[in-house]
Amino acid sequence: MNIVVCVKYVPDAQAERTFNASDNTTDRENVDGLLSELDEYAVEEALKIVEAGEGEVTVLTVGPEAAADAIKKALQMGADKGVHVSDDAIHGSDAVATSLVLAEAIKKIGDVDLVVTGMASTDGTMGVVPAMLAERLGLPAVTFASELTVEGSTATIRRDGDASTQTITATLPALVSVTDQINEPRYPSFKGIMAAKKKPVEQWSLADLGVDASQVGLDAAWTKVESFAARPPRTQGEIVADEGDGGAKLAAFLTERKFV
Amino acid sequence: MAEVLVLVDHVDGKVRKTTSELLTIARRLGEPSAVFVGAGFDAAKETLARFGAEKVYRVESPEVLEHLVVPQAELLAQLVADKAPAAVLVPSSPEGKEIAARLAIKTESGLITDAVDVQAADGGVATTQSVFAGSYTVSATVTKGTPIIAVKPNSATPEEAAGAAADEVLDFTPSDAAKGAKVTESKPKQATGRPELTEAAIVVSGGRGTAGDFSKVEDFADSLGAAVGASRAAVDAGWYPHTSQVGQTGKQVSPQLYVACGISGAIQHRAGMQTSKTIVAVNKDNEAPIFELVDFGVVGDLFSVLPQATDAIKAAKD
Ligand SMILES: Cc1cc2nc3c(=O)[nH]c(=O)nc-3n(C[C@H](O)[C@H](O)[C@H](O)COP(=O)(O)OP(=O)(O)OC[C@H]3O[C@@H](n4cnc5c(N)ncnc54)[C@H](O)[C@@H]3O)c2cc1C
Ligand SMILES: Nc1ncnc2c1ncn2[C@@H]1O[C@H](COP(=O)(O)O)[C@@H](O)[C@H]1O
Repeated sequence: MNIVVCVKYVPDAQAERTFNASDNTTDRENVDGLLSELDEYAVEEALKIVEAGEGEVTVLTVGPEAAADAIKKALQMGADKGVHVSDDAIHGSDAVATSLVLAEAIKKIGDVDLVVTGMASTDGTMGVVPAMLAERLGLPAVTFASELTVEGSTATIRRDGDASTQTITATLPALVSVTDQINEPRYPSFKGIMAAKKKPVEQWSLADLGVDASQVGLDAAWTKVESFAARPPRTQGEIVADEGDGGAKLAAFLTERKFV
Repeated sequence: MAEVLVLVDHVDGKVRKTTSELLTIARRLGEPSAVFVGAGFDAAKETLARFGAEKVYRVESPEVLEHLVVPQAELLAQLVADKAPAAVLVPSSPEGKEIAARLAIKTESGLITDAVDVQAADGGVATTQSVFAGSYTVSATVTKGTPIIAVKPNSATPEEAAGAAADEVLDFTPSDAAKGAKVTESKPKQATGRPELTEAAIVVSGGRGTAGDFSKVEDFADSLGAAVGASRAAVDAGWYPHTSQVGQTGKQVSPQLYVACGISGAIQHRAGMQTSKTIVAVNKDNEAPIFELVDFGVVGDLFSVLPQATDAIKAAKD
């Protein structure tokens, strides 16, 4: 079983995230980055599948030089090898271009049975790269898995929807996106951290993938951020301490605002 | 006037409110044509007509829904090619976004998700989105192909406008490649009788502070006719279903009123409620970060504050 896990390097959600005023892209330089927390679930799930059977887990990231950190973390968790696609031309790429680069990289890795992704990145939070990637690779996708089993050539997931809980199957090769309900990602062990240092990481450029620079980056994006503005901070309203009348005061506030 | 395709969100013909919102938005951009997949069109027709759908393209084949999103993306791609619409609007739900993502690649068109406003702009469509856990507002346009916009619930007030809702049954068969994934079992959820979380005007949520007892939160919610939400801590503890989780990895809600009870206000929770119009919190800890956001806060024990408020609201209503 050859599994590729797509992981994204994102600005830390706990930090002040912002945009570059020059081109309206996400500021990735001045904010510390890390492996998107939601992609840890994808790494963990892939490791569990391989540990229960056999195979190999490759982590793939498309991102700037610093994105090597995301690969490192996944290798420390236990993934076997990494692929880092980096190219100056990629800066400012939208989901469409990112999915193109990921798709070409997966084709180059070759002979992949299962692609695992997170449910959404913690910066863009669009949650569309997995479906775009599956579309480009011509793969069936089962998304938002809260449970995954792979048996023979079938992947089966459980998806908790609003109206129903569904069981969905797909024939391999397939793409699966996982939610944060699926498992509890492991912390890298000391042994894992030491072992990661010797694991191979391939560095690929766009040329290595046969992708033309004109197909990616800000100028190739199919959408354009025209402007951005910080939301005015909410001004704190009235805070009362409950002295036996907190509930009555709350009801009075809601009545005054016509919610009752 | 160019057509604007609206993918109808419905359960057996019961049309969800988001669809009337999308039809209202579609009228700003052109002439709304609804796309209806599945059974129950007779029940849906009246609503679609009332909110201005001139045409309804429909496909009845059960195969389309069994195989999840790919057939629907193929269907929309076929319509985009045939009708050259001014835009395609879908609900910004996980399923809607997945359909939109595949459609974008198939039709080489720009996609914007999570729009909270959509307006006609010079030669196209301009959207507003709320990003980075609601701390920024971004306006964006589509620069290639047919604008595909996934629109969040509550992004427009549904306005009625009579449409013909003339239906046309389409001849459509999904490709074999579209059948790679299949729903093999579906267990319906029990209805709570409360409004749907993302559509509700008022949401009352409980967190770890409930210590597992949501009854006070539910009673208070019911006195206001509200939906009930939960923090991830409450969901992870098994106190409330995951489908009720509010936040980054749960539902993003933007109601008129959001009441957080026993919730600290972590960034991931804020990401799902920060754009609510009015925010209220009840929390024992006066330093809980949730208080930074509130229009009104009570520092106190939810087990005494909520029942008192519930009684006062019920009394006011009688
Ligand atoms: C990748 C990732 C995704 C996440 N996604 C989400 C998400 O979608 N949604 C989400 O909510 N969280 C999410 N989280 C978790 C988030 O970081 C917090 O851990 C979570 O929101 C905390 O829930 P809480 O506020 O209920 O619990 P706590 O932080 O423990 O807060 C409980 C609060 O209750 C108060 N309290 C206790 N007893 C009472 C009482 N009797 N009366 C009144 N107040 C009382 C306490 O003072 C405290 O402020 C995510 C985390 C990660 C890492
Ligand atoms: N630049 C990237 N490199 C690798 N994987 C990515 C990248 N961007 C997105 N992904 C994958 O796609 C998922 C959804 O991302 P998004 O559509 O951006 O919300 C993530 O959880 C990752 O698994």
